[in-house]
Amino acid sequence: MARYQTSGILRGRERGQRRPEHLTERRSKPPIVELRQASKVYAGGHVALERVSLRVDRGEFVFLVGPTGCGKSTLIKLLIRELEPTEGEVLIAGKDIATLSNDRIPYLRRRIGTVFQDFKLLPSRTVYDNVAYALQVIGAARSEIRTKVPDALRLVGLADKTKNYPDQLSGGEQQRLSVARAFVNHPPLLLADEPTGNLDPATSVGIMQTLYRINKTGTTVVVVTHDREMVDKMRRRVIGLDAGRVVRDQAAGLYSDEESTREFAARLRDELGVEDERY
Amino acid sequence: MGRVIFFIREGARALRRSAAPGIASIVTVAVTVLLLGVLIPVLQTTSGKADEVREQVGLRVFLFDDASPEEINTLQTQIQEIRNVESVEFVSKAQALKILRDRLDAENKEDLTEQLPGASNPLPASFNVKPDDLDNMEAVRSALTPPGADGKPAPISPIIDEVADSRDEATSIRTVTGAVKWFLLVIAALLLAASLLLVGNTIRLSIYARRREVEVMRLVGATNWFIRWPFMVEGLICGFIGGAIAVAVLFLGKEAVVDPLADSINLIRGEDTIAFATLIAILLGVAMAVSAVGSGLTLRRFLRV
Ligand SMILES: Nc1ncnc2c1ncn2[C@@H]1O[C@H](COP(=O)(O)OP(=O)(O)OP(=O)(O)O)[C@@H](O)[C@H]1O
Ligand SMILES: [Mg+2]
Repeated sequence: MARYQTSGILRGRERGQRRPEHLTERRSKPPIVELRQASKVYAGGHVALERVSLRVDRGEFVFLVGPTGCGKSTLIKLLIRELEPTEGEVLIAGKDIATLSNDRIPYLRRRIGTVFQDFKLLPSRTVYDNVAYALQVIGAARSEIRTKVPDALRLVGLADKTKNYPDQLSGGEQQRLSVARAFVNHPPLLLADEPTGNLDPATSVGIMQTLYRINKTGTTVVVVTHDREMVDKMRRRVIGLDAGRVVRDQAAGLYSDEESTREFAARLRDELGVEDERY
Repeated sequence: MGRVIFFIREGARALRRSAAPGIASIVTVAVTVLLLGVLIPVLQTTSGKADEVREQVGLRVFLFDDASPEEINTLQTQIQEIRNVESVEFVSKAQALKILRDRLDAENKEDLTEQLPGASNPLPASFNVKPDDLDNMEAVRSALTPPGADGKPAPISPIIDEVADSRDEATSIRTVTGAVKWFLLVIAALLLAASLLLVGNTIRLSIYARRREVEVMRLVGATNWFIRWPFMVEGLICGFIGGAIAVAVLFLGKEAVVDPLADSINLIRGEDTIAFATLIAILLGVAMAVSAVGSGLTLRRFLRV
């Protein structure tokens, strides 16, 4: 398995990416994710998303960025129908998921791997069993489980912790476990809500590489992140949210469009009044 | 098949991981089943006794001592032909004495009949006449002793000395056993309802403690039944263990207390109560079904995610 061959993309070489298809008019298959004027108002009256419309096509790799509390996780929750939109429609592969009966929701979720911001691990199961559960749910054969689970765990670097319970893992390890569970059954759509939020830069790169590799196999990947460096280096499509609205949708964007990393560094230096070149 | 094994393993695993809620369910199930196990035979015994009393009730037609066998035979056919008579049974003087002796014997009383002078037997011969229904007793009586010309009752045969009935006794027995039966039924129903609520509540608590887990299972694509089965298996296991404990206690109780007493106290002699094996089967079945279905139903609330 050629695992660490992708460092090139992290230096931003892959630029000749085609525009997201929705920007051109021709489309054959429906987009895998589509929001139409979707709004979410929480019980307390807080508007988390406000008339959000966007499309993600099959095979895309999309970053979803924005300040904390802007509604990124809410958007992810709408996609797996953990929440239902107050208004508007959420379509997965062309189907309005509000029309799914309660019985059909599991089948939707099986085709979407999700890395939850709060991991959502099963506390009474070991690392191995947590990952295996995602396969048991779809009725996978035991032999399949026995090969796929160790593979997934090796990919996220948890091969030596298979017998630990989630509360015996560090935050970063729990996060990686959550990643492993999300992609173990090779779903066509992978949603990752801050998959590198608790990881050191090296491990973050490893996870991002894994996501990138998964994307290369045809899986559509949506990554919520605050990792400026990663976004800037990968030069993928970036959707920016602010206060529940889409404020930016760029084909090969940076984490923020106002300034480059260099400019940001310069601003930081100015604001902090430091002259040290390391900043 | 692989599924079934998976669900059983999952159910057992949950019990191993957190024993406390399981033990709580087991105890409540055991208590409920114990109550059931005591109440079912008690109810059956009381209703059995009531039926027995009903059966014994009838008219007794006492005969004069000088009645000849022919006269007796004729009277027997005569009585048999009366409407609403179900059966007629002849009790000779000797049989009457034997019955009395046996009864005294059974009640451990001194056999007074031995003090009777010589071979004399003061007990009259009689017919036990049983009406087809308790309510037709009066009709049968007036058929036996229709009002004569002078308005006084005139027996249909000269050998009839007296017609007696145990009607008053019968009705009072009927009301008393009826009341006791209803009282017990109500108590049983209340106890059952209380313990079912208790079992339900215990299950609810144990599932509530794991609602986050259930939520996560839903979010990673488990169907409701996939989540539910292990909980139901767990319920089955708890129900079985609880039921088994109760049955063991019942068995010990039966061996140590009821059976020895049954020899001396008529009321708890168990001829017409349910067979112990059947009782065990019913109790175990009920215990397992209640706790499994209880788990399944309680879970429903958390499966809406
Ligand atoms: N269950 C809820 N009830 C009420 N308000 C909520 C609820 N969940 C989230 N919110 C609010 O909705 C807003 C958006 O929340 P969301 O979790 O989507 O933010 P986010 O963009 O994921 O933030 P972060 O980057 O910190 O994870 C926040 O202001 C939050 O307080
Ligand atoms: Mg979030």
